[in-house]
Amino acid sequence: MYVYDEHDRQILAERVAQFRDQTDRALAGELSEDEFLPLRLQNGLYVQRFAPMLRLCVPYGMLRSDQLRRLARVTRDYDKGYAHFTTRQNVQLNWPALEDVPDILAELAEVEMHANQTSGNCIRNTTTDQFAGVQADEVADPRPYCEIIRQWSTFHPEFAFLPRKFKVAVNASEHTDRAAIQVHDIGLQLVRNDQGELGFRVHVGGGLGRTPMVGPVIREFLPELDLLTYLEAVLRVYNRYGRRDNKYKARIKILVKALSPAVFAEKVEAEWAHLKDSPTRLTPDAVERVKVYFTEPDYQAVPDQSDALAKLRFEHKGFDNWIAHNVETHKHPGYALVTLTMKNTGTPPGDISDQQLDHLADLADRFSFGEVRVTHQQNVVLADVRQDELFELWQAITPMGFATANLNTLTDIICCPGGDYCALANAKSIPVAESIQRRFDNLDFLYDLGDIDLNISGCMNACGHHHVGNIGVLGVDKKGEEFYQISLGGSSHHDAAIGKILGPSFAREAMPDVIEKIIDVYVQNRNDEEAFIDTYRRIGIDPFKERVYA
Amino acid sequence: MPNIIKLDGSVHNDEWQVVARPADGESLVVPEGPALVPVDLWLAGREHFADRSDIGVWFEGHDEPETLDGLVNELPLIAVNFPKFADGRGYSIARLLRERYGFRNELRAIGDVLLDQLQFMKRCGFDSFALREDKDPAKAARCLNFFSQNYQAATDNDTPLFRRRAS
Ligand code: HEM
Ligand code: SF4
Repeated sequence: MYVYDEHDRQILAERVAQFRDQTDRALAGELSEDEFLPLRLQNGLYVQRFAPMLRLCVPYGMLRSDQLRRLARVTRDYDKGYAHFTTRQNVQLNWPALEDVPDILAELAEVEMHANQTSGNCIRNTTTDQFAGVQADEVADPRPYCEIIRQWSTFHPEFAFLPRKFKVAVNASEHTDRAAIQVHDIGLQLVRNDQGELGFRVHVGGGLGRTPMVGPVIREFLPELDLLTYLEAVLRVYNRYGRRDNKYKARIKILVKALSPAVFAEKVEAEWAHLKDSPTRLTPDAVERVKVYFTEPDYQAVPDQSDALAKLRFEHKGFDNWIAHNVETHKHPGYALVTLTMKNTGTPPGDISDQQLDHLADLADRFSFGEVRVTHQQNVVLADVRQDELFELWQAITPMGFATANLNTLTDIICCPGGDYCALANAKSIPVAESIQRRFDNLDFLYDLGDIDLNISGCMNACGHHHVGNIGVLGVDKKGEEFYQISLGGSSHHDAAIGKILGPSFAREAMPDVIEKIIDVYVQNRNDEEAFIDTYRRIGIDPFKERVYA
Repeated sequence: MPNIIKLDGSVHNDEWQVVARPADGESLVVPEGPALVPVDLWLAGREHFADRSDIGVWFEGHDEPETLDGLVNELPLIAVNFPKFADGRGYSIARLLRERYGFRNELRAIGDVLLDQLQFMKRCGFDSFALREDKDPAKAARCLNFFSQNYQAATDNDTPLFRRRAS
């Protein structure tokens, strides 16, 4: 994982001092509310329904155990003893006091953490696949490029006041897309060209929110070293020509659509021609320097443990389920990828207590070289677990509430904080998630259903990615009452698609029944092992409509 | 009240008058003394200003620096207007004027110019700042210098940190 040198440390220390100064001036009345707004947002601070909310940055989802322990301490000392993992691999605190925020940021800076650009109309945290660097089908490890983008985008003077927020995601796997790059402002897919050279396929103009769109490709191959100059060209075109008259039309997706992807691409190429050979062009040394931080950990030569594991799986049904669902193949023999689910029924998806954060730190140290990764599905990954230690790990995490073996199933719900916390909400989302989890509490039935993404957002802003859920749930306001609209057929993977609205919305109490009817239609229509999304694509939305509105 | 901040944080009186765009049908009236006129009007009537060395231009966010290609250094001062501090187009305009069109004279931020934006403006090539009247000019020097170094190249420093690290 990337480790700060004296430059990174100095820049961060100066940032903490700057925000302390800004907060003092705001509290002294020298900054009006709307003048302080972008300053606090670019330091992660929202003002929410009941209290401020602080969004901390977890660059591309990676956390070390010392950082987890510090997070635990901060939630204990400054908050109510819990934190929340977001769908952009970050962490949020729900109850910090405004005047404590500079101190919180100073404490986090000691472990190389910050809240820079986690909100505001600037370039946000760059996200990637939680299995980066440990999966077999990867073109190259995406994390060095994420770190390079992090550094370039941090306090970029030209792009601190964009028309709207800007999110970049990088994917490296050839067969899957766990980073949902096609619904980002810029999505970068690592590829090799015919000559075997490394580069990126560049998507621009995807996004969720009010006008969901899948981002078109504007360049098939961008050579590796041209990454930053090209990003600079895209951002400059956006900064100059993106709409500023209407915040709902201000995302880059609207500009790309208005110009057409081809014309937008031409504008970028014309700008890039000037920037291509500027000093911002990466050098092989610069890339190498960052790559060094993402080399393999000190793997032991241990053989695959299939036989020993098979025996344990036979003896322990719970362990068997967990291995089958929450554990995946690692590129290194004898190791495994483990996802710890934060989706216990009764706990809001993604919420984690201070004690659990400390447990996670201990687990990381004991089982996985002291590191974890946050996933955009609001779970946590131990990426380098020895297979011969899986049983011990499973026994350890079961009482901690991390072993719910529902990964990627219907109850592994992505859910925004919704009306319980968020001032923008039309409706609560956490209770809907819980009622669905309660209805579908039979694991064998869930396994039989296979992978289904169910995503819930409390409003149009789509923090819970409802548009790209196979089943999407959106909170809507009907004459002051909370209702829920359902969409079907969304996907955030390689076959990215925006879901289609099923029809009129439902009251909260009806939601488990409605979901059950949708699942019934799938079960009755599927062929063999067909996944929900494939059945939906084959039979279309009508059979679902007929049943649900019968 | 003096409100022009220079890069070193010093505070000066404003010598320049910003001439507003005349209403439709009216013609541009250029006062005595140093004045800034809308860039498109300057371009349209360049010959009228040829004998005056105290005329500069000002840019709106939608004005294109491209239109001044080859002409920038005829101007003693170019101002870029920030209609609202949150409108960031002026940063791109400034970099283009400096880095692409080679403007060497004074580049001034005008309009909704606040303290916490000065650091970004400085990096994008502005060297004077017409601080909004209600802001304290005495705090400008501090706000210009919160950071001793930066990750990325910009107008003020064309060497990104990754190149400085490597050497
Ligand atoms: C509780 C306070 C929160 C507020 C006020 C908030 C606000 C917003 C707003 C206004 C948007 C729409 C922006 C746009 O359409 O341009 C948005 C989008 C989004 N937010 Fe949040 N959010 C909050 C929490 C979260 C959380 C907890 C998550 C993760 C679970 C999250 C992840 C996202 C994502 C992924 C998007 C969609 C990005 C896109 O449009 O492409 N947000 N948020
Ligand atoms: S989707 Fe809406 S309700 Fe949910 S967190 Fe985002 S802004 Fe709030």
